[in-house]
Amino acid sequence: MTELSKTGAAVGEPTDSSPKPSSFLEVRDLKVHFPTDDGLVKSVDGLSFQLEKGKTLGIVGESGSGKSVTSLGIMGLHTAGQYGKRKAQISGEIWLNGTELLSADPDHVRKLRGRDMAMIFQDPLSALHPYYTIGAQIVEAYRIHHDVDKKTARKRAVEMLDRVGIPQPDKRVDSYPHEFSGGMRQRAMIAMSLVNNPELLIADEPTTALDVTVQAQILDLIRDLQKEFGSAVIIITHDLGVVAELADDILVMYGGRCVERGPAEKVFYEPRHPYTWGLLGSMPRLDRDQQERLIPVKGSPPSLINVPSGCAFNPRCPYADVPKDNLTRTVRPELTEVGTKHWAACHMSQEQRERIWTEEIAPKL
Amino acid sequence: MTTQRTSGRRKQALAAAAVVAGLLTTAACGGGNGSSKDGAAGFDAANNKVAQADQVKKGGTLKFVSTQDADSWDTTRGYYGFMWDFSRYYSRQLLTYKTAPGAEGAKLTPDLATDMGKVSDGGKTYTFTLRDGGTWEDGKPITSQDIKYGIERSWAQDVLSGGPVYLQQMLDPKNTYKGPYKDTSKDHLGLKAIDTPDAKTIVFHLPTANSDFLQVLAMTAASPVRQDMDTKSKYGLHPFSSGPYKFESYSPGKNLVLVRNTSWKASSDPVRKAYPDKVTLDISTNQADSDQRLIDGDYDIDASQTGLGPQGRQIALKQHKDNLDNPVSGFIRYAVFPQSVKPFDNEHCRKAVIYAADHVSLQTARGGPIAGGDIGTNMLPPSVAGGEGQKYDPYKIATKNKYGNVNLAKQELKACGQPNGFSTTIAVRNNKAQEVATAESLQAALKKVGINADIYQYDGSQSPGIIGSPSNVEKKKLGIIIMGWGPDFPTVQGYGIPLWDSKYILQSGNNNYALIKDKTIDGLFDQYTTTLDEAKKTQISTEINHKVMEGAYYLPFTFERLLNIRSSRLGNVYTTNAYSGYYDFVNLGLKSTK
Amino acid sequence: MLAYLIRRLFAAIVMLVVIILVVFSIFFLVPKWAGVDIATSFVGKQADPHAVEAVREKLGLSDPIYSQVWHFFKGIFVGRTYAAGGDVTHCAAPCFGYSFRSEQAVWPVLTDRFPVTLGLALGAAVLWLVLGVAAGVLSALKRGSLWDRGAMVVALSGVSLPIYFTGLLSLAIFSYGLNWINGQYVSISDSFSGWLGGMILPWITLAFLYAAMYARITRATMLEILGEDYIRTARAKGLTEPVVIGKHAMRSTMTPILTMLGMDLGALIGGAILTETTFSIPGLGQAVLTAIKNQDLPIILGVTLITSLAVLIANLAVDVLYAVIDPRVRLA
Repeated sequence: MTELSKTGAAVGEPTDSSPKPSSFLEVRDLKVHFPTDDGLVKSVDGLSFQLEKGKTLGIVGESGSGKSVTSLGIMGLHTAGQYGKRKAQISGEIWLNGTELLSADPDHVRKLRGRDMAMIFQDPLSALHPYYTIGAQIVEAYRIHHDVDKKTARKRAVEMLDRVGIPQPDKRVDSYPHEFSGGMRQRAMIAMSLVNNPELLIADEPTTALDVTVQAQILDLIRDLQKEFGSAVIIITHDLGVVAELADDILVMYGGRCVERGPAEKVFYEPRHPYTWGLLGSMPRLDRDQQERLIPVKGSPPSLINVPSGCAFNPRCPYADVPKDNLTRTVRPELTEVGTKHWAACHMSQEQRERIWTEEIAPKL
Repeated sequence: MTTQRTSGRRKQALAAAAVVAGLLTTAACGGGNGSSKDGAAGFDAANNKVAQADQVKKGGTLKFVSTQDADSWDTTRGYYGFMWDFSRYYSRQLLTYKTAPGAEGAKLTPDLATDMGKVSDGGKTYTFTLRDGGTWEDGKPITSQDIKYGIERSWAQDVLSGGPVYLQQMLDPKNTYKGPYKDTSKDHLGLKAIDTPDAKTIVFHLPTANSDFLQVLAMTAASPVRQDMDTKSKYGLHPFSSGPYKFESYSPGKNLVLVRNTSWKASSDPVRKAYPDKVTLDISTNQADSDQRLIDGDYDIDASQTGLGPQGRQIALKQHKDNLDNPVSGFIRYAVFPQSVKPFDNEHCRKAVIYAADHVSLQTARGGPIAGGDIGTNMLPPSVAGGEGQKYDPYKIATKNKYGNVNLAKQELKACGQPNGFSTTIAVRNNKAQEVATAESLQAALKKVGINADIYQYDGSQSPGIIGSPSNVEKKKLGIIIMGWGPDFPTVQGYGIPLWDSKYILQSGNNNYALIKDKTIDGLFDQYTTTLDEAKKTQISTEINHKVMEGAYYLPFTFERLLNIRSSRLGNVYTTNAYSGYYDFVNLGLKSTK
Repeated sequence: MLAYLIRRLFAAIVMLVVIILVVFSIFFLVPKWAGVDIATSFVGKQADPHAVEAVREKLGLSDPIYSQVWHFFKGIFVGRTYAAGGDVTHCAAPCFGYSFRSEQAVWPVLTDRFPVTLGLALGAAVLWLVLGVAAGVLSALKRGSLWDRGAMVVALSGVSLPIYFTGLLSLAIFSYGLNWINGQYVSISDSFSGWLGGMILPWITLAFLYAAMYARITRATMLEILGEDYIRTARAKGLTEPVVIGKHAMRSTMTPILTMLGMDLGALIGGAILTETTFSIPGLGQAVLTAIKNQDLPIILGVTLITSLAVLIANLAVDVLYAVIDPRVRLA
């Protein structure tokens, strides 16, 4: 890590606008925009958060809310491999372990990828190269960052496969992805991500493509591994249930922005944004009768080219008319602190939200 | 030498020609000014005269190129004109054509024989004595038995198909001999019409006299073949040489290399000069490319003598005209009217078509004055003895009526009883672009006088079964057939007998398309074959031609011309009537042996 | 894997037999129906009916079709003897017929000309594969750039210009015009450098046509592959861009390219007729063209069979390569 801290010092020279943060990962005002024929797609439009080592952050939102774009932004995958004229426009700051990634040399960021930060993708079948064996892909991931011979790397791969719970790892190492079951494939994917003991692990919908019983196993595996390796973990999901037991902090995204952020228990038990209420309402609960459940959020996600003025959620919000002077439709609400380390962006007053939550929403959940 | 065997032009070359010609022209301007301009003899310098004979040196490699291989190099089987011309390198005959330009080249001279032979028994017996020193490529002397055996091979048509059969027709018209391979006599020399009393003497007995017999003896098919060297159907792959050159290697369709036959003695051969050390022939499949290489001087001469292609012609005329000759070939292009198809049984209807045709347009369709030839006015090629060229023009085709004469045509239609015209069909080979063009020209001209003609295109390789079958012609009502014809040997017999003599009307492979059954013409041919006096023969030839033209069986299009190129390296170049205006190959030499 | 190979091989053999039967039917039945008489064109100008009959007998054209097919197959394994009119011609096994037009057995013609065409096809293939794939990859990576548009315009012209045009053009420029190369075919056994000199223009001409197609396919495939999840994974591992493109993306891109290559090579080996004609290369294509002009059926039949065989073998090779490249195929 000497090389990293050296570079980090050079890049992260404290200035007035961007003092070097103390957090392990800090994202400041991240914007990721994509120019298209129809206009500028503002996939992420001013996102900030911090994450400490050993902690887990859950980023929750519907598809198109910008959560995956955020994770790819952190990994530097919007700029790597961008060919052609239309490149993603990225601004803001991403500090990882004292290094600002967006202004760093791209090749330096590449060296961090897979070593300091790793990623698990939603569909392991398409995310693994179909023509190479699982072993070869893990070996490749290891050897790019470690100067070892193939034999050592292979031993490491078998060790990792064993660690993620793949039976007969010394045989399965030579199997191809299509010869694995879905759950096994995701385990292999995790083994590949963790082969270099990354300090930051981003899991993008790691269980969405798997069936329910396997989902729990994979989540358990991620939790165990996090404890063992002490990494910081970001879990990206559209399903609050996935992060319920895993995350220390939860960040709810809507239309490319953060609408609520806070410790997991706060977001679950004292949510202060109508969108979070909707998400909670659409969580499957086995102990409740179907009919009693709150109807999920109506309508469709906002256009990221023409984001609704005011609060981006206002067209779908049942309480859009609660604040006076048509505020929801004209002024964009800022994140305000609604509790200890708990922020939400809503024009309704604290009291109004407390009342609606306790009287109207919570009893139905 | 029927026409279907001569042209080898590529369709795609034609298609690309227009676009590429310009590029080629500029390209040749930039880089192609090598040796060609220097020392070229001049335009038409070798047409009917000898060019640069004094500059020839012995030695070097003479390089031929051709877009097609010979039909066969077997002396018995070859029928392509250029094969006959080329075969003199490796085969000798009792008599051969003089190595002289133009009409003089069509005259005969002794080759293996000591003289022109002794004729006796009223022209039915010919006796020859062989010259001393004539040898095969292994040094053994050429005997009269070898000559007899070589001639006998013409009877074995089942094994050695493809060649001319004049020898058989003149010596054994009833075809009683079965050929040497089925000959049960010990020496396989059972043909009764030829005697070989000793190795140096050969006697021919003709059942009926034929004044062109010497012509037939000069054909390649009368070459000697040695029995122990006869590989039968494979003989054409490596003929055993009696001439100054022998086969070194031959790959069919690819190339042929001749080297000096060291056994051949110049003293034994009064005809052949054998200048180069080596003669090569490459077969190219791209006429545009081979033309360009001829123009650039990479090759010396086109073996197939079919003339330059459209774009090669354009470039050569512009930049290397001094390397070109534009001789009249023996070919006449024409339309012929089968009398079995109504109303062409009436000569007035035939005349109507002759008058209606636009002869300049037909000439243009053939390629114009240079590439196509002169407007044809009668049916005897100018290169054949007795041919008069445009001087004889009974229908004023090249003068008054050259653009067609509608009035005369209508008069003839009236006389024919078809005053409002009629409908008929023009048959034309689909693989000959120029023939199709002439058919279209004729169709347009006929329309003006009320004759509606459909054009029927057929596969040219199937001519014998389509237009060569009189019953098929009658059935399909092919009133006008477009064809071309060249002489097998330069006499009225070698050209006209198959076309005009009633004895030659066949049920398949017929060439007397008009079905001429004219006792006068038959009689004239009989008279010709028994006349030994050359002046008289010429006179009869002219008369036959006149009779044919008076019958209005034919509408001649052109007396064809060739546009051939010779490289600047060549010396002793001349065209000869013996081979229809081709260059005489056998005595070509190089000015520089490098 | 072995089972897969055996299955493919078996299919190929069945296919070959079917092809031979079909080709035979085409060549021996169709002329009969069309009333075309091959024997007639063998005899001279004054067609003597007896000679025609004798020739027909000799060519075996008077035998019933099944007997002709039987003799043909038998000839391949034990050779064949043609006897007629006191002339005996032996055609040693493998006898694929005998051409009485050029008086040679078909098999030596094929073996003589096959290497020529193979040299033409392989040389051109190497060239177009390198050029086409490189241009395609670059175009994909620089999508929408001037290079991309320029390359695709060139590619389009390459696809649409006929060989005899580009061939004559290249001859006009490099051979007749600039005199850089002679441009005439020389056998490789005569002179290697001469052979190279003669082949370079045909290679370029042929490669121009195919490189254009390959560039377009490569570009399209590469663009599609670059959008795949596993390419993102490769980058997420920290692999450098050359490795991501050159290894991960290329391997997938090569699959359709190889399929095409197999087909094209097979077809080319069967005879690059236009190219061989334009440059006078004595390969199979030229042989078949001359044979068609001369109505030399045995040669046409032989070349057709070799073509089919070449296409089959090329496809078999592609199938094997497929299995090597894509492990999923091995299951199928």
